[in-house]
Amino acid sequence: MAKQTALYQQHLEAGGKMVDFGGWDMPIHYGSQIQEHNAVREQAGVFDVSHMTIVDITGSDAKAYLQRLLANNVDKLKTPGKALYSGMLNEQGGVIDDLIVYLTEDGYRTVVNCATREKDLAWMEQQREGFDVTLTERPELAMLAVQGPSAIATVAHIFNTTGRTHMAELVQNLNVFQGLPCDGWFIARTGYTGEDGLEIMIPEQQVADFWQALLANQVQPAGLGARDTLRLEAGMNLYGNDMDDSVSPLQAGMGWTIAWEPAEREFNGRAPLSREKEAGDSPKLVGLILEGRGIMRAHQKVVVEGVGDGEITSGTFSPTMQKSIAMARVPRATGDSCQVEVRGKLVAAKVVKLPFVRNGKIVCE
Amino acid sequence: MSNIPQDLKYVKSHEWLRLEDDGSVTVGITDYAQQQLGDVVFVELPEVDTEVGEGDDIAVVESVKAASDIYAPLPGKIIAINEALVDAPEKVNEDPYGEAWFFRMELANADDMNELLSAEDYAAECE
Repeated sequence: MAKQTALYQQHLEAGGKMVDFGGWDMPIHYGSQIQEHNAVREQAGVFDVSHMTIVDITGSDAKAYLQRLLANNVDKLKTPGKALYSGMLNEQGGVIDDLIVYLTEDGYRTVVNCATREKDLAWMEQQREGFDVTLTERPELAMLAVQGPSAIATVAHIFNTTGRTHMAELVQNLNVFQGLPCDGWFIARTGYTGEDGLEIMIPEQQVADFWQALLANQVQPAGLGARDTLRLEAGMNLYGNDMDDSVSPLQAGMGWTIAWEPAEREFNGRAPLSREKEAGDSPKLVGLILEGRGIMRAHQKVVVEGVGDGEITSGTFSPTMQKSIAMARVPRATGDSCQVEVRGKLVAAKVVKLPFVRNGKIVCE
Repeated sequence: MSNIPQDLKYVKSHEWLRLEDDGSVTVGITDYAQQQLGDVVFVELPEVDTEVGEGDDIAVVESVKAASDIYAPLPGKIIAINEALVDAPEKVNEDPYGEAWFFRMELANADDMNELLSAEDYAAECE
């Protein structure tokens, strides 16, 4: 039996088409994925992301532990609530998961993927040896992502009109990539869409009221389908598609998340990653825009004439660009064009730097 | 609930067929099929004059989410295709039994139509 979030009933009422996602019964769309996608680019949409796993990390060694566990360096987090994106790597330098980590008052809060929950927790538990840290999962918190150009103003309006002016103020003063607690909630200016917006953790019993208030203020419920097209346009990786345990961050467009300095910090996978970087010949993750007809999909072959072959890691139709776009892992020497084998035919594609879309605008052409 | 018109014939792979006055057969995909696919963004059609066998994959419909093959429901020859659909694939969602027909065929054997699913049979398939 699939697990249900605290909003299961609300999804059905909003016309959600429910599918199994990592053992959870989640809405793929509420009628039209494209309409939901456009609402987020143009106004605001809300996603139930309560299936994601929240883990709090406390104890006197929390920082040292995370400096070993993560390729990015939590020492960069200097002000309360500041957040960091990082890969959690195995000893071979492969990506166990990607996550976001916030600096909190008594430690750190991480949000990891739902489909990888068991192996993440097992790994985090195993890595705890020798460190004074406590890992606390927070399943009692629901999570909503409210995303889009009008998302923050709408959330602030809801707080103001329900007597929570201090929360409205907090929301309006948050910096990008910062998350802060308030009255048992945790509100962060982060997201997975390429738009401004919030990710909000809410005690389960309060989430339905807030969901209804968002819908009453013309925020569009959006499903996992739109979440995927939005993140792909935004050039953001999907774990399991664009990287996994066998792929290093250098081959997944995550080079920027590796903190090489200070040189003496021994994070997991550092040695093999250093050798890979030194060799400088590993494949790279790029964006593709299909020039001919068809839709690119994951696992299709990419042919780069005179250079070699690559593979599509994520592909779809971009509602914003009205073209097929993809992320692909290709040989390092790939130039600005290639061909993709789409259903048995080679179709020309342009190679671009990610992202495709940011803040409602096409930025790759 | 999906719409399953009484006057059409169906196959399990979710194509519908309509017998026209001239004896030819028009083919499209059902309302149930378009609902399962979600927003359709791409359609590829067969070429006119192609001889097709039953179950041949001769066309493609792709939604944002996934690609799906369209099969020849019966043996015969393609005599017309709906080229307007290529530029307006969203019609598959909006009007699956009308504007969004895919192709028209001349059946190798007109009696084959009697072997297909009725609206009731097809409704049972979709449950």
